[in-house]
Amino acid sequence: MRAFAILALAMVLSGPAPAQEWRGQVSAEYRGFTHAGLDPDQHRGYASLAAQSEFRTAWQDGRQSLVFIPFYRWDQHDRRRTHGDVRELLWLYAGRGFELRAGIGKVFWGVAETQHLVDVVNQIDLVEDPDREDKLGQPMLGATLFSGAGNWEVYLLPYFRERTFPGEAGRLRTLPRVDSEQEALYESARGARHVDAAGRWTRTLGAWDVGLSYFRGTNRAPRLVPGLDVAGQPVLLPYYGQLRQAGLETQATLDRWLLKLEAVRRAEADATSRAATAGFEYTLPGVFGGPSDLGLLAEYLYDSRGAAAFTPYQDDVMLGMRWTVNDAQSTQLLATVILDRRTSERAYNLEARRRIRGNLTASLEARAFHASEPDELLYSVRRDDYAQLKLTYYF
Amino acid sequence: MENAPSPKIRGAGALPVLAVGVLLAAALTALVTPARGAQSDAERGLAIAREMKARDRGFSNATATMRMVLVDASGGETGRELRTKTLEGGDDGDKLLAVFETPADVRGTVFLSHTHRDRADDQWLYLPALKRVKRIAPANKSSPFMGSEFSYEDLASAEVTKYRYAYRGDEIFEGKPRFVLERVPVDPESGYSRQLVWVDMDRYVPLKIEFYDRRGDRLKTLVAREYRQYLGRYWRAHEVRMENHQSGKSTVLRWGDIRFRQGLNEQDFLSASMARAR
Repeated sequence: MRAFAILALAMVLSGPAPAQEWRGQVSAEYRGFTHAGLDPDQHRGYASLAAQSEFRTAWQDGRQSLVFIPFYRWDQHDRRRTHGDVRELLWLYAGRGFELRAGIGKVFWGVAETQHLVDVVNQIDLVEDPDREDKLGQPMLGATLFSGAGNWEVYLLPYFRERTFPGEAGRLRTLPRVDSEQEALYESARGARHVDAAGRWTRTLGAWDVGLSYFRGTNRAPRLVPGLDVAGQPVLLPYYGQLRQAGLETQATLDRWLLKLEAVRRAEADATSRAATAGFEYTLPGVFGGPSDLGLLAEYLYDSRGAAAFTPYQDDVMLGMRWTVNDAQSTQLLATVILDRRTSERAYNLEARRRIRGNLTASLEARAFHASEPDELLYSVRRDDYAQLKLTYYF
Repeated sequence: MENAPSPKIRGAGALPVLAVGVLLAAALTALVTPARGAQSDAERGLAIAREMKARDRGFSNATATMRMVLVDASGGETGRELRTKTLEGGDDGDKLLAVFETPADVRGTVFLSHTHRDRADDQWLYLPALKRVKRIAPANKSSPFMGSEFSYEDLASAEVTKYRYAYRGDEIFEGKPRFVLERVPVDPESGYSRQLVWVDMDRYVPLKIEFYDRRGDRLKTLVAREYRQYLGRYWRAHEVRMENHQSGKSTVLRWGDIRFRQGLNEQDFLSASMARAR
């Protein structure tokens, strides 16, 4: 990982005067919870500040480039949410018919909205947002080959990143908490140094986009096993097993319809399982007599492990709508509900975003959870309904 | 948006003085040949549209910068800046790619469009914060691009097969007689019932376009100005103004730094390579 950085730096220094740019963003947010937490260590309100900057340089006519994106967050109460990360430190070489990359990077695979089953390269930065859309930078060596028969991507992933979990004073967490200060447990004797590999083939066939992927290595999603913290209190400890996962993703883009499917088959030490997300987004252009668009979303979420899965989505339905106002302020609103077909679990989600002035945006996020049985996964967050207001300034 | 990109705003045209005679003769031949005796209005309209496209053939690829100024009904202005790349289509339509520079919160977002002659265009959006490429529904073609008065379809390349045509006579516009071309979109998802295009008779570029909504009412008017010639052949407008008569809003596009034949190829216009498009 350090070697990549040195390599990349050496390439910058050896090239002709490169084009450079330096940008950044800072954000301030406040999360307010409707109820006191289940754990007395938890608070009702959390203020937080975050900064991310982005340095880019390109040379050799743009064929080579380097990007560096450091990130840091401070949280008023949650010591585990106060954290930093190198989101990217990536050297890219674009050749004729191929691309090479080395360093720390981020990759997105898949088509679904609610959960990203085939998206296995990066670890989730869970303390950022319970929606699991934020990721930690992943050390990688990668190559993409473009051909008439589709695009081939391969990655060698030499170092594993542990998932982040809220700390003792944090909310939106399990009870007892996950103790990520202790050394994590691994199936592989090489632990975090196990070298993982991932590959994907994608192709566009008219209205259809298809992708097939394969991953072999340390499962990004840990199992949580009972343990004790340094004070002898019960906690959950993350256990990272070995995983072989084959994935399929496809989207059909048919006028007003986007039809989506993601499916995976996972082989772990003790069992194999299957999971899938299937759904659609239907767009109504020009609603409410103006230029705005309304998208209607529905997805079905399935996991063959059922109640044993460490995900609340085993047999769930997501219904939602996305309102894109198409105004000068790029106002957007997304509202969804996820209903468990077997248990009482429900998760409500509202996200809204608007540009206030040239460099300043405001976003509002509100989430609510419902669960009534102690064996339900959302039971530990049943009193964690919250609203969050965030202002972000770009420079 | 694409200007050099915006093919609609692109045409061919006025030529060096010495070549004028020859090329005019060629153009006239092109207009006259398909007709036996008197041409119908539909045939003549199609011939004009074909000539507009033909005059632009061979540009290969181009890059440009675009500044977009959104003017609301009370005169308030908001700016956006983009960089665009265009690749001329061979057997199919052109390919267009736009990278957003401002507003700052969408910086690095990339829009890619593959125009097709005989079916709906393919369009993708790359969201840099998520590293996610999203294919977008073609039904969105009538939606505003970046909150402007230009819709996605206004910015797609003007492929001849996307419309049915009729020549509607000559009319004086800005002091000279112009062809008036009526075109009716073939795609039922288009936001328009028809368009009227005022075409420069020498350069075969659009000078003004009136857009009529699905109800048949006049919705918007586009005026393209400051045409300059590149490579001794290709005409590009440097200011394109779109006025919405129903909302009172308008958008002005200013093109700059237009460069032809920048060595771009198919690989620069793949949805799989959008992440490095900036």
